[in-house]
Amino acid sequence: MIGGLIGKKIGMTHVFDEKGRFVPVTVLEIGPCFVTQVRSAEHDGYRAAQIGFGQIAKRKVNKPTSGHLQRVGLHEKPLRHLKEFPILTDEIQEGQTIKVDQVFSEGETVRITGTSKGKGFAGVVKRYHFHGGPMTHGSMTHRRPLSSGATGPQRVFKNTRKPGRMGGEQVTQRDVTVVQIDPDKNLMLIKGSVPGANGETIYVLKQN
Amino acid sequence: MSQQLLAEIEQKYLKTDVPEFRAGDTVRVHVRVREGNKERTQMFEGVVIARKHGGIRDTITVRKISYGVGVERTFPIHAPVVGNLEVLRKGKVRRAKLYYLRSRFGKAARLKEDMSR
Repeated sequence: MIGGLIGKKIGMTHVFDEKGRFVPVTVLEIGPCFVTQVRSAEHDGYRAAQIGFGQIAKRKVNKPTSGHLQRVGLHEKPLRHLKEFPILTDEIQEGQTIKVDQVFSEGETVRITGTSKGKGFAGVVKRYHFHGGPMTHGSMTHRRPLSSGATGPQRVFKNTRKPGRMGGEQVTQRDVTVVQIDPDKNLMLIKGSVPGANGETIYVLKQN
Repeated sequence: MSQQLLAEIEQKYLKTDVPEFRAGDTVRVHVRVREGNKERTQMFEGVVIARKHGGIRDTITVRKISYGVGVERTFPIHAPVVGNLEVLRKGKVRRAKLYYLRSRFGKAARLKEDMSR
């Protein structure tokens, strides 16, 4: 089977588990994914499969991508996202459709990759959890970064934590539990939160 | 569309037999308690001082005076551990959250019965 699938974050809600506990869940729409290319050890030096997910208007697809999709007959209904995942066992063929329940099962722990929400230009208190100074008692350093290091080197070291752009980057969460899978609606319920805004593309990967 | 999907998921867990009640009503909540592998039902009887809406996240706060001590419990009303919910008395109140009852005792904490409902 394949090592991961592509999907979309729908939003968060709650469910009750079999013991009656209240569980916060993130709902993901996963697949169905189409295998667009298979990479073999003989031909490419490694084993993987490129899969696609989501719809995109035909006029938005450039000719090289359209030609690439023509190999599996999907150039009339092009896919929005294409990504390669490792092949774990044989039986993957080009043109094949993969659904959630073929790859994942309930109770399994997975890895989830997404793009976090952008926070814009953020200060060090928000970005690196600096404590900041007192808000009162005549303090004039409320949320400033203060010292940038020792005076001895006569310079600020590279990678010193400073204000700047925060969020909007790829984040991977490990060991997240799959609470439920609905193969009819292509839904997967993940315990807890998932990086990114609703509607964001999410990659769910098998955990070894 | 996506909100609709979330509503569909919540729908499966919502109870359909929740009686109509509001803040000020006296209710008896049957709570399933598991001790070891035995299960029994415990009762909690008191005045609903708040109902917080939110579909599957709906909760009620029930207040009673137990041996002279005020006791409050919050129940997620759609939770499977919360069994039967009986409305014993309908109270006449003029606000949705009755937090002012916490500072009242005895006679001052009484609520008039609402005969019109």
